[in-house]
Amino acid sequence: MRAIRHIAVNVFRESVRDKVLYNLVFFAVLLISASYLLGQLTAGQDVKIIKDLGLAATSIFGLFIAVFIGIGLVSKEVERRSVYGVLAKPVRRHEFVLGKYLGLVLTLAVNIAVMAVALYLVLGYMAWMTPANVQAAWDAPALDPALLKAVFLIFVELCLITAVALFFSTFSSSILSAVLTFGMFVAGHFDADLKNFDQVVASPAAGALARGMYYVLPNLASFDVKADVVHGQPVPWALMGLATGYGLVYIAMLVLAAMFIFSRRDFK
Amino acid sequence: MQPSTRSTAVFAVAIAALMGASVVLQIARDRATPASHETARYLYLRSGTVIEHLAVAYQTLVADAYWIRAIQHYGGDRLSSGGSGRYELLYPLLDITTTLDPRFTIAYRFGAIFLAEAPPGGPGRPDQAVALLRKGMRAEPDKWQYVLDIGFVYYWQLREPAAAARWFRRASTIPGSPNWLEPLAAAMLVQGGDRRSSRFLWQQIRATADQEWLRNLADRRLLQLQAMDQIDQLQQIVTEFDRRSPPIRLTWEHLYRAGVVRGVPLDPAGTPYALDPIRGTVMMSPASPLFPLPAEPAAAKAPNS
Repeated sequence: MRAIRHIAVNVFRESVRDKVLYNLVFFAVLLISASYLLGQLTAGQDVKIIKDLGLAATSIFGLFIAVFIGIGLVSKEVERRSVYGVLAKPVRRHEFVLGKYLGLVLTLAVNIAVMAVALYLVLGYMAWMTPANVQAAWDAPALDPALLKAVFLIFVELCLITAVALFFSTFSSSILSAVLTFGMFVAGHFDADLKNFDQVVASPAAGALARGMYYVLPNLASFDVKADVVHGQPVPWALMGLATGYGLVYIAMLVLAAMFIFSRRDFK
Repeated sequence: MQPSTRSTAVFAVAIAALMGASVVLQIARDRATPASHETARYLYLRSGTVIEHLAVAYQTLVADAYWIRAIQHYGGDRLSSGGSGRYELLYPLLDITTTLDPRFTIAYRFGAIFLAEAPPGGPGRPDQAVALLRKGMRAEPDKWQYVLDIGFVYYWQLREPAAAARWFRRASTIPGSPNWLEPLAAAMLVQGGDRRSSRFLWQQIRATADQEWLRNLADRRLLQLQAMDQIDQLQQIVTEFDRRSPPIRLTWEHLYRAGVVRGVPLDPAGTPYALDPIRGTVMMSPASPLFPLPAEPAAAKAPNS
């Protein structure tokens, strides 16, 4: 357990050293400048658009961190041969993989938490500057706590993407891992189309195959409640629980698979 | 000065100089070749469904981008002068916006008003306005505002009070709708859409408007209705004067000298009314910000023009 914690903290420190957290500055500048400019361009939709922009930017920045750091978690250590030094210490291979994963999850958690705070600050300022009669017309209040539901599910989705990146990085090169992870991200958002594929193809076999893929591929659309939250639509806790449970199970499966592959890998 | 400090200063000066040079060259280039605005009039992708897939998980953000583009397209065309086929991207842009974000209420309502607006204020396409609102009704059947807006297009642009009354009545059956819709529908059926109904409708829209542009539009419509009342009164005065006096070229100056008017009459926006010297017809001046009035020929030719 200590070994896992040490590795996780080191991954976080390394990401700080790699200036990954600089994206937070960019995020803040983006939101502040957008909040100023959008008022002139959006015919009264600035708060809605800031929410859309803030949630999308949280997701996109997190996606890039998850993919580009996730793919290097293991493969970079192997390519640089630094893995030998680590594994020569009393660290088991599965602890190494788990520690790497948790370290990146910690990095993502810090990033997303800071971005959420920045988003609320900008929205709070906009609410403060807006007359009450205009606020009454908004679909949802600017400082709607329900935004946190969307932020939380973005975090779960990014944890899953990190697990995908880690899984691929245990047996392929960095570039291939990045391509496969991005492919999985796109496919995961179109997953629902596979479910009804049998309605557009004549072959029952193709329909059954598509339906099978629907259940095997990660259904990332189930974590996307951004539009509901922005429009003030209710997001039931049951849906949150099911999506989180699904995400955790899928993550556990991928991390387990990554640990298995890494533990069997021959470094000679 | 330390060598490292000196080199930093040299680099900073060089970068600033190059940045300044690039700005100067950009200004010179812009002066030599005026920027073409034609590129902004293209819409490479017109299918909302295709764009929805391309947007992956960020449909609402892309919808916002199309919304901003729709506003810019409308504003740009409204401010520019002349030209045919204007506002031609307004409907596709709003259609894409609402496909990507089906709950983007303001996009439907904005489209309802400005797509139906007669030139030069809009493309004069009430059919597209109704199509967009029907799309909104399918996305959110509990939004009485879309049903009201369809009735409004039938009343104000298509001049079909009976059809408008049916839509107002339908809107009044949706839970949460205001209680003035039912009497409005009844009055419209009885009176056939007179100016009083128009004024009442616009006053209600102004009172319930949550967007500044909608309030401004309601203000403009109310001023137009006021101008229509003033034109009726002036027309009576001019006709009476014309009937009593020998045949002359009618001008406001003549009427003023005859003591019929107290000066050149101004519309509610402060622009003098026009007077046809031969026929003696009082009209809204094309120079007025309130021109054209809804019942005037420029507005009447609107549908599918």
